[in-house]
Amino acid sequence: MKPIRKLAARGALYALILSFASFAVFPFYWMVIASFKTDHDLFNPAANPFLLNEPPTLDHLRLLFFDTHFVTYLVNTFLVGVAVVAITLVTAVPAAYSLARWAKGWGETLGIGIFITYLVPPTILFIPLSRFVSDMGLQESLWSLILVYPTFTIPFCTWLLMGFFKTIPRDIEEQAMVDGLSRLGAMVRVVLPLSVSGLLTIVVFAFTLSMHEFIYALTFISMSVKKTVSIGVPTELVRGDVFRWGPLMAGALIASIPVSVVYTFFLDRFIAGFTMGAVK
Amino acid sequence: MNRVMEGAAAVPAEGARAGVADRQGQLAPLMIAPAIAYIVALIGIPFVMAALYSLSDVTTGDPSIDFVGLHNYREVFYDPVFRTALSNTCLFALASQTLVIILSRILASALMQDFRGKWLARFLIMLPWTAPIALGTIGWLWMLDSIFSPFDWLLRRAGLLGAPGVLLGPMPNLYWLGQSGLAMASVVLVHVWRLLPLATVIQMAGLSSISRDLLEAAAVDGATGWRRTLEITIPLTLPIIGIAFLFGIVFTFTDMTVVYVLTRGGPVHTTQVLSTWTFFRGIEGGDLAQGAAISLFLFPVLAGVASLMLRMARRAEVT
Repeated sequence: MKPIRKLAARGALYALILSFASFAVFPFYWMVIASFKTDHDLFNPAANPFLLNEPPTLDHLRLLFFDTHFVTYLVNTFLVGVAVVAITLVTAVPAAYSLARWAKGWGETLGIGIFITYLVPPTILFIPLSRFVSDMGLQESLWSLILVYPTFTIPFCTWLLMGFFKTIPRDIEEQAMVDGLSRLGAMVRVVLPLSVSGLLTIVVFAFTLSMHEFIYALTFISMSVKKTVSIGVPTELVRGDVFRWGPLMAGALIASIPVSVVYTFFLDRFIAGFTMGAVK
Repeated sequence: MNRVMEGAAAVPAEGARAGVADRQGQLAPLMIAPAIAYIVALIGIPFVMAALYSLSDVTTGDPSIDFVGLHNYREVFYDPVFRTALSNTCLFALASQTLVIILSRILASALMQDFRGKWLARFLIMLPWTAPIALGTIGWLWMLDSIFSPFDWLLRRAGLLGAPGVLLGPMPNLYWLGQSGLAMASVVLVHVWRLLPLATVIQMAGLSSISRDLLEAAAVDGATGWRRTLEITIPLTLPIIGIAFLFGIVFTFTDMTVVYVLTRGGPVHTTQVLSTWTFFRGIEGGDLAQGAAISLFLFPVLAGVASLMLRMARRAEVT
């Protein structure tokens, strides 16, 4: 091929990728720059908003960490996430294994049925669940979230793991059983150690999903010190009509980036679950 | 219980086989039971409760359920805000997902190529999906600010805004979230931003599943790039494009976060959607019955999507 045409194609490719990447990243760039701008610079409509026109400041970060409940939100989010991951593992792993290995015909149907419940959105369930939560006396408690979040992690994770367990050859377990392990023993001691990457995937997935969740947290919790980052940052850093943009942006950024980095590593696996075997 | 089962496994081969089969019969349902119980208790029962609520007069103040027939549905349906919410919900989902499918197709083909810095590009492009939606939307809220929006600044700089006689008028700002048309466009834009990464990765999975041999054979036979795209790639990846579209529809259709954070349904309810209206009516207004009735209008579309997905899953099994 002619080198000039090749060069042009390369250039077009980079231009395309660059424009899509800028679209995706721009809000985060906006958060970074707002986090370090002085208020004077931030609220000057004449100044170039894309640059730091005054020396950077750490005031917003200081305010965020010492004058708001931001750290509490992070801790709450973490506690809820860990508990949800634990509940998800305990219920989804045995269910997925059982469906993948022992159930014929109806197992596949049941598996798809479980997956379909993932499509029942919080938007329909939060009204009755709000009543349920208050009947249980769990309002304003992290336990309400810990109890309810597995409703969306269990269906998807069961489905994801089911596909994963199917890829592990049966021979390995059968060999282990010949060697004297029970059915359950073969699962716990042979299959699970081989499934570490699958298990890690659902750990990440359950954690990120519970961190992303908004509606339930907004409905069940209104006490500031019990909020998670997802609702704490958008609702608590706004005082009346006054938006404290600096700390707000810093908070959004700090809470977003670490989880995104981890999530990216596992994205392909989630997609394998989403596409339900339509890709082989 | 586990202990008993493990103990019983120490029986020699012949007997163990029958024993294993026996225990498998009990073990399988036992291991599925917790997941099913969870789903029934916290998805199934609440779903039925939502239906019951919608036929009753339950409020947060008066929790007794007295049935009132279709009263709530009638009430809701004659409410103009509800009608706006219903049409907005469909409009936002369809508009954003049409854009997402087209853009993700382009982006996916670009990301399939090899180039320097691919990992970084991929990470950056995925950020809108991997970061918590409420927090990403907060970033947009500041970018669409009525006074300090950088878009307005650029337009002013370009001489299109903020002076008498220019294209976009003499006002110094466009008030993105303050005018109904622009506010609606902003909601669609944020949905596109948020769901483009997911659709892109799904489409990449589809593209990578097409065998290279097929494309090379077509090239040898003289098919041009465009013909290969139109006659091989697109037909073969159609099921997966369908899946990306269906998931996108579900996520935008049921999403409350974007509208809640960005506009709260304003200005004057023009960006209201079913999910936010459910929240404002059912939780903030305390009318659980009406809230439930509003939310159930989401159900027909979700049922339709679910049955389409089931059909696709079945087809995937056959082939």
